Amino acid sequence: MAKVTIDGQSIEVPDGTTILQAARMIGGDNVPPAMCYYSKLKTSGGYCRTCIVKVSKGSDKDPRPMPKLVPSCRTTVMDGMEVQNNTSPEVLEARRGVVEFLLINHPLDCPICDQAGECHLQDLGYENGAAKTRYDFPRRKFEMIDIGPYIKLHMTRCIMCFRCIKVADQITDNRSQGMLFRGDASEISTYIEKVIDNDFSGNVIDVCPVGALTDRMNRFKSRVWFTKPMDAHRDCKKCSGKVTLWEKGEEVLRVTSRKDKWGEAEEWICNECRFEKKHINDWVIEGPRQVDPHSVISLNHYQNVLKLKLESGKPQKQMLLGKK
Amino acid sequence: MSNQVSGAQAFDKTQRAKIVFSDEALKTVQKIITRYPEGKHKSALLPVLHIAQAEFGGWLSPETMDYVASVLKIKPIEVFEVASFYSMYNLKPVGKCNLEVCRTSSCWSRGSEDIVKYLEKKLGVKVGETTSDGMFTIKTVECLGSCGGAPMLQCGSSFHENLTLEKVDTIVENYRMEGKQKSYTDLDYKNTL
Amino acid sequence: MGKKILLEHVNVPGINTLEVYRQNGGYASVEKSLKTMAPEVIVEEVKKSGLRGRGGAGFPTGMKWSFLAKPEGVERYLVVNADESEPGTFKDRYLMEKIPHILIEGMITSSFALGAKTSYIYIRGEYFYVARILEAAIEEAYAAGLLGKNILGTNFSHDVFVQIGAGAYICGEETALLESLEGKRGNPRIKPPFPAIAGLYGCPTVVNNVETIAAVPYIVMNGGDAYAKIGIGRSTGTKLISASGHINKPGVYEIEMGITVEDFIYSDEYCGGILNGKKLKAVVAGGSSVPILPAGFILTTEKGEPRLMTYESLSDGGFVSGTSMGSGGFIVYDETTSIVKNLYTFARFYHHESCGQCSPCREGTGWMEKILHRILEGHGKPSDIDLLWDIQRKIEGNTICPLGDAAAWPVASAIRHFRAEFEEYINHPERITDVKHLQELVS
Repeated sequence: MAKVTIDGQSIEVPDGTTILQAARMIGGDNVPPAMCYYSKLKTSGGYCRTCIVKVSKGSDKDPRPMPKLVPSCRTTVMDGMEVQNNTSPEVLEARRGVVEFLLINHPLDCPICDQAGECHLQDLGYENGAAKTRYDFPRRKFEMIDIGPYIKLHMTRCIMCFRCIKVADQITDNRSQGMLFRGDASEISTYIEKVIDNDFSGNVIDVCPVGALTDRMNRFKSRVWFTKPMDAHRDCKKCSGKVTLWEKGEEVLRVTSRKDKWGEAEEWICNECRFEKKHINDWVIEGPRQVDPHSVISLNHYQNVLKLKLESGKPQKQMLLGKK
Repeated sequence: MSNQVSGAQAFDKTQRAKIVFSDEALKTVQKIITRYPEGKHKSALLPVLHIAQAEFGGWLSPETMDYVASVLKIKPIEVFEVASFYSMYNLKPVGKCNLEVCRTSSCWSRGSEDIVKYLEKKLGVKVGETTSDGMFTIKTVECLGSCGGAPMLQCGSSFHENLTLEKVDTIVENYRMEGKQKSYTDLDYKNTL
Repeated sequence: MGKKILLEHVNVPGINTLEVYRQNGGYASVEKSLKTMAPEVIVEEVKKSGLRGRGGAGFPTGMKWSFLAKPEGVERYLVVNADESEPGTFKDRYLMEKIPHILIEGMITSSFALGAKTSYIYIRGEYFYVARILEAAIEEAYAAGLLGKNILGTNFSHDVFVQIGAGAYICGEETALLESLEGKRGNPRIKPPFPAIAGLYGCPTVVNNVETIAAVPYIVMNGGDAYAKIGIGRSTGTKLISASGHINKPGVYEIEMGITVEDFIYSDEYCGGILNGKKLKAVVAGGSSVPILPAGFILTTEKGEPRLMTYESLSDGGFVSGTSMGSGGFIVYDETTSIVKNLYTFARFYHHESCGQCSPCREGTGWMEKILHRILEGHGKPSDIDLLWDIQRKIEGNTICPLGDAAAWPVASAIRHFRAEFEEYINHPERITDVKHLQELVS
């Protein structure tokens, strides 16, 4: 076990735990943001640099501070380590820098992006970004690609987190998609636009932190905050069958994995569940899904409304407006 | 990374169907694979791509990359990822003589821009383009480790250093007379690797 | 004349052949080490020598070697970094081309010390003709029983292979090099683990620069103490300097560390002074990554002492008034040079060579290049200088590998020392066309 202190809060964690995992164990507002790290994908993290923190004391044994800011997702804790996240102006400034870098070539087309509302880059920009851009050159652009009938690749929005490639490598058995070219000309693509032909390929949509990989069948159907996430399950031979349905009225617009509070899939789901079971009768509904408190969809208060509906049979006007 | 070409060098379709290493090249490939431990044959990818480029028209077509993947028993995407990362692999056809002029600091300070302008005027094409006879492609490249001989250009495996406009004339004429493949692909792997 | 260790016999005709190389004392260190020395003793001698990595970072070689993990039954590797791509640097090419056997000799001796059965030379693809020279030399060494099974009748067997790259500066970073050697994109790995623990194929690996390994035979033959006596303080031994730019005698020079920078630039033994009798404006002393210094600072330290060609003296004054030895890529600029344009060639280089893995470098290098291009075209904005400064500051220290720092430092130093020139480009672009005007701007 190792004791680590992050912004004054201490916790004992098993050896080998990363600073980011320790921060998530502590919880609260003090967890570094992560755009590329994904706990369920091996070797993920380290690329985006948003989770950088300052190690002001290395360990009890060697109390020297680390010379540079470190990615908390790829740095393991040492006993007695002291870390500064939000309490370090240096960290906050560097993080603002990273956010700016991530945004300079992002199209900022949130008004027409299906990911808007559940986009991690949106959240990150809101929390750590500047109101004005200093970048006044043309932004990088790519043609949109359909990866088979279900997945849309909108490379212009990609922030190169590598998560989808790791999904392709680690949970599907014949990777046909990867990182091409280099530097700021890098792009995610499939080999000569081949279809990703695998039962679990749809999970690339769930791991994508932005709107680069989206569900083609849900395209422009609804803003995410107008849909109701419901936990549901079915008997599935390929996966656990535990999913979140995104409903509008009686219609199932989209099926995704269930995401935890860090936005990560709890379990991978198969393409049959995701793309082919779009009827409400395909599913056993468990109830409303608790969603990420950061996301705009949680502001919709539909749960309260639903509860009121159930209690009084009639929603109250002020609840609908989101007032307390 | 973009190797734009003005049409002339489109790879012949009949050749395209014949993407199979010569016996000699295949022998070299097998020899290269033995340099690495058991199961680490993917290490051979960079040298084998050089050979493939030399064997199949001076560039790596999708078909060539597919073929290399099958020879090394790796996924096509693994080949594509690598081929698109390194600047020496041409993903589009290039001229027989790929004149690559260094433009980084030392070469720039000793007049590489004048060399490029002169070449453009002399050959009638711009940087990145190929002459209509398919003979010359002009490229600008980043530091080739020949700063002491600045300004310099590379063609095939030859370094041409301490360039002057007169020297450029001679180089171009010599290549024109030789008239043979002098792109990166003419590296004569078979004798050496 | 300073002492020569690496290039002592460079002008001997046929020194590239095994026969002539051996006539001049070559391969004696293989004989000595394999037959009379224990591997740990060699590591100890290298530690004593104070030899520091010649690729750019200057990390003590003996210490690097002693970090190598030695688990039972696991292969260990020596990988020689011949991916020389730092602008201004061409010493390794020269050494390998002229005296290929000195590298192979160093590799055999070093591999014996490290317990490596196989070693690789990773050479940049553009040096293809040098790879052929190396391969010919390796073949000679095999034929002479200096490589292969039971070298010189001892129990030590060793194989050396040449691996050629395909055009990527980033592969000079040791973990990117290992990725490339494994047949992948040259993306630097996230450390830890370091190669000494998990390097090539996950096995403990030492990656050393060509020049570093080539110094090992001398250390084995003469002892670490003898090597440490050459040079000054912690800058022991000799260093190959690649001299280029506006000088009369560009080329590779082996210097004994401790000569003055002034002597190096102006004496006929080395650079032979500035081309066409012009005045010195600035120097990049250790390859494109290190801070550029104006004439005043490169010749004299802030304390007013003459600056020496040593690790310590070159970095005296930190990045405020000093620079770094780096890879020894010494580029000299005369009074007519546009520092802004020169910086642009560096920024373009780093943008071209960024691997794209981490966001600050991927996005920041291109942004800096675009701003510099705008300034050169006469469309610069007064706020551009501070913007450039801020971007480089946000890249530096925040990337996976040192390429980010390498891209940031030239920008920072050019602005620090030549701000007036940037301002002139922005405020009076019409005046810049006059070369003489640049001369007046020297700060």
